[in-house]
This record gives sequence, structure tokens and C-alpha cells, in this order.
Amino acid sequence: MKAQDYFYALADRLQSHIQVGEVFTCWYSGEESDFVRFNKSKIRQAGSVNQGLISVNLIKNQRQSSFEFGLSGDIERDGKTLEKLFSEQRKHVKHLPADPHVLFSESVHSSESTHESQLSSSESVVDQVLSLSKNLDLVGIFAQGPVYRGFANSMGQRNWFSKHTFNLDYSIYLRDDKAIKADYAGFVFEQNHLEREFELVQDKLKVLREPAQALKPGKYRVYLAPSAVNELVGILNWGAFSEKAFQTKQSPLSKMRDSAARFNPMFSLGESTAQGAGPLFQAQGFMKPGNVSLIQNGKLTNSLISPRTAKEYGLHTNGANASESPEAFELRAGDLSRNDVLKKLDTGIFIGNLWYLNYSEWQSARITGMTRFACFWVENGEIKKPLNVMRFDDSLYSIFGDNLEALTKESDFILDPQTYGERSTCSAHLPGALVKEFRLTL
Amino acid sequence: MMSQSSLKKRVAALKLPVEYWSIRCVQMKTDTLCARQGVLNPPCTTSDRGFLVTVLNEGGVGYAATPDDSHSSLQAAFESAMNWARISGKYALFEPKSFPRTKAHGSYGSPVKKAFSKMSLARKVQMLKEVSSELKFDERIVDWSASLMNQSSAVHYINSDGAYLEQEFNLFQPDLSATAHTSGQTQTRTLSGHGVAKQSGLELLEEIHFEQIAKRVAEEALELVMAENCPSGARDLLLAPDQMMLQIHESIGHPLELDRILGDERNYAGTSFVKPDMFGKYQYGSKLLNVTFDPAYHGELASYSYDDDGARAQKAYLIRDGLLKRPLGGLLSQARADMLGVSNSRASNWNRPPIDRIANVNVEPGDSSLEDMISQVEKGIYMKSNLSWSIDDSRNKFQFGCEWAQLIENGRLTRVVRNPNYRGISANFWRNLTAVGNKKTNEVYGSMMCGKGEPNQAIHVGHASPACLFKGVDVFGGQK
Repeated sequence: MKAQDYFYALADRLQSHIQVGEVFTCWYSGEESDFVRFNKSKIRQAGSVNQGLISVNLIKNQRQSSFEFGLSGDIERDGKTLEKLFSEQRKHVKHLPADPHVLFSESVHSSESTHESQLSSSESVVDQVLSLSKNLDLVGIFAQGPVYRGFANSMGQRNWFSKHTFNLDYSIYLRDDKAIKADYAGFVFEQNHLEREFELVQDKLKVLREPAQALKPGKYRVYLAPSAVNELVGILNWGAFSEKAFQTKQSPLSKMRDSAARFNPMFSLGESTAQGAGPLFQAQGFMKPGNVSLIQNGKLTNSLISPRTAKEYGLHTNGANASESPEAFELRAGDLSRNDVLKKLDTGIFIGNLWYLNYSEWQSARITGMTRFACFWVENGEIKKPLNVMRFDDSLYSIFGDNLEALTKESDFILDPQTYGERSTCSAHLPGALVKEFRLTL
Repeated sequence: MMSQSSLKKRVAALKLPVEYWSIRCVQMKTDTLCARQGVLNPPCTTSDRGFLVTVLNEGGVGYAATPDDSHSSLQAAFESAMNWARISGKYALFEPKSFPRTKAHGSYGSPVKKAFSKMSLARKVQMLKEVSSELKFDERIVDWSASLMNQSSAVHYINSDGAYLEQEFNLFQPDLSATAHTSGQTQTRTLSGHGVAKQSGLELLEEIHFEQIAKRVAEEALELVMAENCPSGARDLLLAPDQMMLQIHESIGHPLELDRILGDERNYAGTSFVKPDMFGKYQYGSKLLNVTFDPAYHGELASYSYDDDGARAQKAYLIRDGLLKRPLGGLLSQARADMLGVSNSRASNWNRPPIDRIANVNVEPGDSSLEDMISQVEKGIYMKSNLSWSIDDSRNKFQFGCEWAQLIENGRLTRVVRNPNYRGISANFWRNLTAVGNKKTNEVYGSMMCGKGEPNQAIHVGHASPACLFKGVDVFGGQK
């Protein structure tokens, strides 16, 4: 049985099981994934994972309780388990206190987003990757297969999302920590594309062969490639746009709401679900708007409001997830051509990647982290030498504020390669950024 | 949970024309209860079961994970794993003979005195609400929460060499958090930086005085919000065990993982400044530094008898008298590197294959009392409870922040300061270890969320440590 039919059959079974006054919401998350892990252009680990998890929320008399269980793949057994667990929740829920923040979608918005797989066989991709990299030191992971998300509730709403994607997330090492990092993700794997990527990587590796330069701590003019911008913008996922965090004075961007703090007027950031790689619905059944502007011309415009927060503070939800974190960032592009980046940087640092970011003082949106992979010293518009890794510690109000000089015209679409528990459906659409001063500390 | 005989019977019915196979079955149940601002979030129980089939055949290794224990599904998983073994054999990173095999029989059970289920849901909810009231004792407390997480799991392992292992775990994590806000300043204090997590039952609540300490947690948040900023400059740094946990984890645990040293993690979690030829020769820290891998530590979060490759787990010194002795590498990594390691090949769940993980890594107690250490410091700072962590991919240049700190001036603890941070380089930092606390200062903490591996795996780790004193560390505070 197809995953969608399987989920809907279970939802229908739950529907027939409910009693008067009961409401259920139900979320499904599943995948059939191949994972091939590489090291030194060989296979370190290879295998397949089939999994599906269903999450059910029972609401009755303003009380709610939830359970999740891993589906076995046997529809009869899973149906019985679902009924048994639901019956247990029914017993529990009446002993729980009333929850004043319960909110679920009561209007029905069913939807379906599917497409046919255009994926090549994993073996043929592995053959291509390892053939092209046989004289290189490639390390990383290839993941592919269908990813499913579904929603159902007792009002009859049904939503389905599936995508068949691949993601080759890899680095090619020259020596020690000197490497070029790249990512090739999408729906159709093209050997020609990978060949071109590998050629570009080899050009960059030539520069890495130069002796590395060590920098002293201080302020430097830098260009942040889209992957590096992704790390900086990504840390805003830690509650920066959460309405609950604003309400409880814990957002790193609280100064934007409570005072006149601003980013640079060229900085406009949104949650662009319509352009993203994930579903248009969320776990309480609300549909997500195609776009939510978060920062417009440097000013905070909106927060992300989950149904629970909306109920608590008397607001309208904008389809945010429970953690009120963006899943499809889009940073508006600028007017700097990528071809002119080195010329415009003139003398400074080309930062390909940042790594292991954290807040050193969240109230000031002050971030620390490391440079990683390919970072180069540039003089008079020419790449001169690779750099040793450096620690930075600077505020986003500075990096994306007065010190933001330009954003590139071109943006990269970055599919999140994370696979904690399951393959991510998050993405980001980001340009590179030219920054006048960027503080290195160690 | 499927019994040994039932699992064996299922496998006996399969066609397995391979050199070697193993099956690891994991059944897991997680209960979470959280009251935020005195309102109970929907309680949630997650249950899950699945099988990881591993096959050694045609010169390669392959795996397949399935949640379905039916004959057809297990057979399909074996066939998928066999196919991956064939593909891996074409590009194998290591010799097939390196792959770990075991004939071990054994079991393990977490030490639990009072099972999570022994307290009714209503009583747990009542307790969280009472604790929440204690946290919200002042109008300047703007956010507060109290939570309980209990995870029980059973892991059964069999292989074609006749091994049978049965291990049952119970991980328990109570937590508290209070956020204070006044005059544009916000500060949060938690239960030891979310680090109270052990293999235990509900008895842990009494051990840590969960119902009594809530008000103190909130008081410290208020204390912080009124405090001045942490000063900047070089100071002696006294770290409490709940920050030592993070310091050990990031700058000893991860750099000693043998799979990092072998390059497996270079695309994601990173590499290591430690090289294979440094073992037995490299002075990692001062002579006071003794670090152990200890899977038998009572109640520590990552205790077990066998790792997920079936290797018997025993205590071993990683660093002795400051000298680097052995890496954190399981049998496969040991064979690849041709060096001794420990039994730390672990998987986060049934849907991931095992890799080298930190498990329990502890600093052994020394002989200094907390008072002795404070009294020997002229200009210093005492930091508690991790808040922020960042380190380079070779695990050398780090910057860590804590929730709470108190200055040490002329041998005495003085003012509380907020936004305390420090930075350093692992290779130098541990050599500046000048005093190690005695057993009285020793405490056990753990984290459920150590991330690593491709595909990614978040796993639980434990760290026991006394308080430790470091000389001349670069300390700084916030801008606000």
C-alpha cells in the first residue's frame, strides 16, 4: 500500500473510533531512505532505512493528551495499536487539568502535493561519485528517497506531502583541515552537473595548496558566501522570531521589538514556505501562508505565531510550528554580482563556511563561531592564500546592520542535509554578503 | 519486547546466504511532561520499535533498518543489506576481517528503585504545578517551566556467531527553568544547565531535592538580572561539575573519538587535533588530569555492559597523570587504526548503524576541597552551568559560556556576575589545570543530545567530574 493510502486508512480508522465531544489531530512523518557514507573516496557505511511515525493528539473538554508510535508497516497491527493507544489516552485525558491554550484548525483545508520520483538508483549515483573522485579525498554522505508528511483530523481534513529528493553533502580534502565543502541536492541527479562541481572544487584546491596564513584577532573586511550566511541566519532559528520568546523577553531580536534596534535597510528576510522544500501545512492542521515577512528593510515586521501562542496571547496564528522556528528562510538578494565579489572585497577574507555557532550573549544577538573549510585571504581583488581557522564573536546587529555593505544578486538554494531522526524538509534561499567589519577573536 | 527464542525463530526461518549477519532490535518508550508558566503542555508518550540488520558479504558491509518483524519484511531487509554489502564491497574502506564479531552472551539493567510508572499521572502533574508555583515567586519571573522526561528502552542483539545480548535502560531527566526580566535585562537559570540526567527512576527527584530547589533556581535568575556584567581579562577559573561536563565533552571527549581521527567525520562533526602517533607520548594536561571511559559508573547516563557491536565494556584510562593513553574507538576503529580503544560503538536507535561515541567520560577526583581551591585564588571566577558552547572542527579553539558566576577575590567568593564566558585552546587549557576537587566535590551529569554522524545521530552521554581550577584563562562578559 502507498504511504498516503496507509496513513489515510489509519486516520479513517481513528475517525470511526472517536466518541461524541472528542477531537483528534494526527501527524504523519515517514521516509524510505538510502544512506551512503563516504570517507577517502570509499564507502564507510551504506544502508537503507524505512520508517514512519504517527503522532495523535486527543482533545476533549478543553483537555488534551498526545501519543506517538512508530508504524510497523502491518496495517492491521498498526490499526489495532492506534485504537489501543487512543483508548488509553481517553482514560488519561479526563484526569488532566483543562488546557487554556488549546487551538486547532476547525475549518477544513485538505491538500495534496506529490510528484513522481525521478531519482536514479543509488548504486548508479555511488558509482558516478566514486568514479569521479577516485583520485581525490572525498568524505560525506549521499542520502535519497521519498520523504512523506501527512495530516488528518476528526473534522475530515486530510493533507499529504511527498518529495523524492537526493542530497550529496560532501567535502574534498587536500590535507589536515584544508578542504572544499559542497552540496548537490535536488530531484534529478545529473552526472554532468557533478563533473562541473568537481572541476570547480579542483580549481579551489589549487589555492589551498599554498601555505596557510594565520590571522591576528581583529576586525576584518569579509565576504560571506551563501553557506556562511546560512549559518548566521540559521541561528535565528533558536527562538529569534518566536512570538512566545518575544512575549517572555527571550528573543535575541527583542531589541528590535522593544526599542529602535534595526538591521541594515537592505536586509529583508522572510519565511518563504511557497519556495521551500517542505509541506504547506502544520501539525495542528493550519495552512502556512506562502510567505511571512519577518524583517523588511531592516525592521522587524512579524513574528512566527504557533496556534498555542496565538490562543495564549489572543493573536492569529500564521501557521508556525510548535517551536515557532522558520523552515524556509529567504533573504532578499542585493545588487552585487557574484563575479564582482573579489573586486569589491578588495582586501579581506573570503569566508566559504562558518561552523558551530552559538550565542555568546543572546540579548545583543552576539554570536560566536568558527570559520571552516575554504577561507581565503584576498588582496587587491585576488585570492592569495588559504587561512587557518579563526574564531569570530560579533553581533548580528553589526554584521547585518551598519557593517552590511552589499548582498549578491545571485542566491543559492540550500536544502538542509540534516538527518537527526529523519531527513529534514527545511531549506534556505540566500545570497552572499559583503561585510565591512567582522570581529575575529581567537 | 520480542523474546530471545522468538527473535531466533524468526531469523531461523530466513534465507541468509551470507558470511556474517547481526540483528539489533530496539524498543523504546519516552514519556514527557512539561508545565510552562504553570500550564501543563499536552503530555506525550512516544513508543517505537525496529530492527537493524547488518550483513557482511562479498567483501563489504551493508545494513537495512525496518520496523516490521514479519517474515517478509525481515527477509526484504536482509536482501537490502546484502545488496548494500555487495555495493560496499566494490569500494570498501576497510578489510572485511576488521569488522567486529562476537560470541558474547550477557545482559544489563539500569539501576531503578522507583519506576516512572509508580507515580500516577495526576500526582506528577500536581508536582509540576506545585514546583511551577515555587518558580513563579516574584513578578519579575517572566517565564518558568518544570518538566520530567523518562525514556525506557530494551536492546536485544543476536548474530550468526551465536551471540545474544539483552540490555535494558531507563534514562530520567527532570528539569527546571526560570527567566527573570527587569530594566531591559533578561537572565535564565536552569537545573544545572539542563544537565541533570541519569540512569535512574523517580528516586532521582529526592536525590536532587527537586521539589525544594525550585525557588532557589528562580532566586538565582533574579540575582543574575540584578548583577553586573562579568569583567574581562585573564583570571583563574574554577569550574563547577555542571560546566566541567561540557568542558570534558567538547575538548576531551570529541577529540579522542577515533573515527574523527580516522577522518570519518570530516564533512560534518569535524576532525581532531589529536593524531594517532600522539597516544602514549602527548602530555594532554597537567599531571593532575586523569580521565576515564567508565561504562560501569553507577547511574551515569551512558552506562552499559556491551556496546552496539557486542563488545564487553570496561573502564579504561584515556588520560593518566596528564599523559594521553588511548582513544575512544570501538572494535572496528581499533582494527582500522591498529590501536587499542574502548567499547564505545553505539547507535542512537534501531534506524542508525553504530559509530564511535563518547558514552561516559569522566575526570577522576583529586584531593582538593572546594574551599582549598577558592582560598588559593587571588583573582578568579567560579562558573556554573553551561549556557553556550562553540569549538572548532579540530576541537581546539573553544568559547564557552555559563549561566551563573561569582568572582573570587583574595581567596574569597564575592560578587555574582552575569553573562560569564571564557575562551581558550584545548591543548593549552588542560595543561593549566592547577587543582582537582576531591570526591566531595564530584557530581554526575549527562546530556541526551550529543550530535554526530552521517546520517545524524543524537545520543545520550554522561560526564562525572569534580570541580576543577585552571590558571590564567581569558574571561569576558556581555555588552549589555
